[in-house]
Amino acid sequence: MDTLTQLVLLSLAAGTPLVFAALGELVVEKSGVLNLGVEGMMLVGAVASFIVAARTQSPWLGVGAGALAAAMLAFVFAVIALTLRANQVATGLALSLFGVGLSAFVGRDFLSVVIEGITPIHIDRLTDIPVVGRLLFGHNPLVYASLVLFACVQWFLYGTRAGLVLRAVGEAPQSAHAIGYHVIAIRYAAVLFGGACAGLGGAFLAVAYTPSWVEGMTAGRGWIALAIVVFATWKPWRVLVGAYLFGSVTLAQFQAQAAGVAVASQLLAMLPYVATIVVLAIISRDATTIRLNAPASLGKAYHPE
Amino acid sequence: MRAFFEARPQPSRLAVWMAPVLATGATLVIGFIVFEAFDKNPLAAFYAFFIQPVATRYGVAELLLKATPLMLIATGLAIGYRANVWNIGAEGQLTLGAMAGGGLALLAGDDSWPAFVLLPAMFACGALAGMAWAAIPAWLRTRFNANEILTSLMLVYIATLLLSWLVHGPWRDPEGYNFPQSKLFSDNALLPNLLAETRLNVGLALALAIVALAWLFVRRHIVGFEMRVAGLAPAAANYAGISARRNVWLGMLAGGACAGLAGVGEAAGPIGQLLPSMSPGYGFAAIIVAFVGRLHPLGIVLASLLMSLLYLGGESAQMNLALPSAVTGLFQGTLLFFLLAADVFVNYRVRIARSAPRPAT
Amino acid sequence: MSHPRAPRLALRGISKRYPGVLANDGIDLDVRPGEIHAVLGENGAGKSTLMKVIYGIVKPDAGTIRWEGAPVTIANPAQARKLGIGMVFQHFSLFDTLTVAENIRLAVDTIAARALPARIRDVSERYGLALDPDRHIHTMSVGERQRVEIVRCLLQEPRLLIMDEPTSVLTPQAVLRLFDTLRALAAEGRSILYISHKLDEIRALCHRATVLRAGRVTGECDPRVETSATLARMMIGSELPHPRHRDAAAGAPALVVDALDVRAGDPFGTTLRGISFSVRAGEIVGIAGVSGNGQKELLAALSGERTLGRKDAIVLCGTPAGRLGAAARRALGLAFVPEERLGRGAVPEMSLADNALLTTRGPALVARGFIRSKGVRAYATKTIADFRVKATGPDAAARSLSGGNLQKFIVGREIGQQPRVLIAAQPTWGVDVGASAQIRQALIDLRDRGVAVLVISEELDELMEICDRLAVIAEGRLSEAKSIHATSAEEIGMLMAGSHAARGEPSADAARA
Repeated sequence: MDTLTQLVLLSLAAGTPLVFAALGELVVEKSGVLNLGVEGMMLVGAVASFIVAARTQSPWLGVGAGALAAAMLAFVFAVIALTLRANQVATGLALSLFGVGLSAFVGRDFLSVVIEGITPIHIDRLTDIPVVGRLLFGHNPLVYASLVLFACVQWFLYGTRAGLVLRAVGEAPQSAHAIGYHVIAIRYAAVLFGGACAGLGGAFLAVAYTPSWVEGMTAGRGWIALAIVVFATWKPWRVLVGAYLFGSVTLAQFQAQAAGVAVASQLLAMLPYVATIVVLAIISRDATTIRLNAPASLGKAYHPE
Repeated sequence: MRAFFEARPQPSRLAVWMAPVLATGATLVIGFIVFEAFDKNPLAAFYAFFIQPVATRYGVAELLLKATPLMLIATGLAIGYRANVWNIGAEGQLTLGAMAGGGLALLAGDDSWPAFVLLPAMFACGALAGMAWAAIPAWLRTRFNANEILTSLMLVYIATLLLSWLVHGPWRDPEGYNFPQSKLFSDNALLPNLLAETRLNVGLALALAIVALAWLFVRRHIVGFEMRVAGLAPAAANYAGISARRNVWLGMLAGGACAGLAGVGEAAGPIGQLLPSMSPGYGFAAIIVAFVGRLHPLGIVLASLLMSLLYLGGESAQMNLALPSAVTGLFQGTLLFFLLAADVFVNYRVRIARSAPRPAT
Repeated sequence: MSHPRAPRLALRGISKRYPGVLANDGIDLDVRPGEIHAVLGENGAGKSTLMKVIYGIVKPDAGTIRWEGAPVTIANPAQARKLGIGMVFQHFSLFDTLTVAENIRLAVDTIAARALPARIRDVSERYGLALDPDRHIHTMSVGERQRVEIVRCLLQEPRLLIMDEPTSVLTPQAVLRLFDTLRALAAEGRSILYISHKLDEIRALCHRATVLRAGRVTGECDPRVETSATLARMMIGSELPHPRHRDAAAGAPALVVDALDVRAGDPFGTTLRGISFSVRAGEIVGIAGVSGNGQKELLAALSGERTLGRKDAIVLCGTPAGRLGAAARRALGLAFVPEERLGRGAVPEMSLADNALLTTRGPALVARGFIRSKGVRAYATKTIADFRVKATGPDAAARSLSGGNLQKFIVGREIGQQPRVLIAAQPTWGVDVGASAQIRQALIDLRDRGVAVLVISEELDELMEICDRLAVIAEGRLSEAKSIHATSAEEIGMLMAGSHAARGEPSADAARA
């Protein structure tokens, strides 16, 4: 029983960076913008959070810094892709490459630094309840934060007028403009939000999950987050499912090793990436569902005239 | 008074070629700022970064050596990019090429095959392996409509892990003190030298030949033309009866083949064996080269030299300026950003109006 | 001071010019309270421009607008809405993946979100436009979507409602329901401007009609006392165009279409049913029809942009071509001028020389797979010269040309390939008068050289001028192709306007009840 509880806890934790990044990207894509720079923004968030945490001895300040740094990077993306009307795909790629380089550059002095990270909570009496205690009350605070984020995103998109406007912008920007909404401004806001979320995902890795800073420590999670948004057919609850599924696949390699499976560690490490490809193929195949759920203007440049 | 963008009737040729120049200039300005921030004399840093690496004969050879895989891969990628086929997995296709060509080299063992048989065979294997690795995203897109950006990228991680497994396990050099590396290639599996006392090899000639061939294809062959049409106006391509599937396959396979060749070039060239990392990110840098070079062969050659200089500069900065070599990645990303920003001037010009424009009719 | 019987809306001398065409020329229009007023005219007569002027999307060059007796300037749609003018567009601006309530909520901010579903139900039931506020737009039929557009308008309490071609995509039953709604609105004292060219409907529904032709008012009447024939004459002009060509000595059929059935590709499309016709070498066959009756689908099926299951459905020069793609059909001798120039007929960013290569392949242009740029440039230059295309040269970007000049180039490129069958869709749409005349003459010359020509167009004038035989497409079906001498403009006009009486089927006169 204890191993199972442990597995669930670890799966949720492993999936949490994906929850942050994918939820953020979901909001961005709902507004019609495709931002492929998630990997770069996560890394920048990770390195920024780690440095601030190390310097100020406060991992929570680090988390805030991570979100802020990634949002600033997202702002650059917005200027180039939205105001200067550059190709969104190319700009997103540039963002990722830049983020990888920037984070490596800025973080080189912090490679072997050790910090006091954010650890899972422990509430006396509640956490000690057998089985259920740890499952409900034994997670890392940021795991709870990611679930709150999910609730907020769900409520925002489907329960508020602003969320409705955002969805309309992603569906038909020309019609939204005709009614009188400022498409570009709304997309800017979405992109910044997505950046901050990606930053939180990276911050979680650097300041809670490991905690440490290693060059390229996201290992492709930003790209997997993009795939999860597709897998989720742009629905927030499915993002949760996808993120935690991938989290558990990531863990599988360690579990297999621990169980003494006689397969090389590198081959097991391929599992998340292979799974991503398979999932993408299965979901994309159903063109009708994609057409019905994908924001109709996704990735297309918007010209007000 | 407000400033806004006005569409140009004709794409500005001037802007097409000025944008990379502007972007380079802007990147240099960023470089100055970075150097200042690290308390380095900007001029001295500028010299150490951009001039010193190519001040010697050996330096120039190194410049060309690094430019070789960059121009080769970028050329292959550009063919696909023109048709809106986004191959982002060149790094993985390079790895597969290196594994295939390197595997053949290891098989050949000692000098049992003459070089003029073995080397072309290695290149052929490498190109085929690169194409096979690129065929996966191509198939996934044409058959399942899966986004080739994500699939080709996932395959990069898988390829890297595959190589890691090989050099840690089955292909590890038994006399290598347990380091993850393969046996050194025998002499017949190494590329002949092009310039004495440098590392420059005939790979450069191969790369230039491929660049020329690709230019011929894109500019002068009807299929190259059709791929350009598909990238610019899909409805027109449909009207003309151009097959979208064929374009996806061609676009991906071209990139895969070139990346595979580049992989063999690295294995049989400066590296001489198989290591867990066969490239300092050439597959990704080549994407930037393709863009900065405007998908044009001359532009790609020039951009690959620039990118190569950034690599060398990073190494030099590490040695002489105590700057981290990661500054290279930083400059590369900055260059691409500025290029995309400057690109707006190709199709738009800035207008300042005194009053609100007339409503759209 | 407003007179009690004064018009609610009074336009005087409204003029609007676009580059190359005078869309509205001194138009006067009066709409009274409680009146359903038709604005009647062919495509290109200036109806949409006039509506855009009234709704504030476009500023007129000259003329005045009086609203309820007082002069006004309508600067934008928001102002129009404030005055009490609402517009239901022909091409809806709805958001497919959102619900009815959400769509309405986006445009109407005067009603609280919680109260909205009830208000929607209330208004929709009152006017017989039953709507479920929680349904998603993409699940709704076109008729139902239109109801959403109308209810969205009505919730803003308009005093004048503009309906732009409202029945072009409705079933007969939906048309009847719509008419009941409009009559109820008029009975409340609201005014309705009804833009259409469906003569039977206008006669059944409207109190007054203003007829537009080439930007001018050519008539004003009470459609209830007119006949479809007299209305058609007002709409297309009293002088019937003189077809100036000899009788066709046509040869063997070069294009044969047999029982073509094609399902609509998208929800706004039209399903083609049992279309059969043939075009012989040396004749021009025209297909007339209001847009939205299946022309798009028919053209895609003919050109090969959409391949069919049955290879015999289309026979080109004796070869079954139903399953062949566009390039293969070109190889058989087909040439095609599409209705969209930029983005389909030509690549906007490419030069004219490159665009010449888009559909042309011949030994002078392509040899063993390689492009012969001298041959391509020569072909482009010749096309430019032969068709008097105003461009700086073969290197000019396609998008830098005016609409008329680009169209001439595209037509010239297709004709220059010496096809055996040429299909032209809306060949002179948006083209100035001079270029139009050139293009029409080019088609006639082509016919005289023994090519089979098919022209699909909404402009009856042009079809009457150049065609040997004429058929009408309506709701996905094709009428019999009659010789131009055996039919009249009135008969064609009535078929075009959707009247089935000419074919002996029950007509929309039933709507009058």
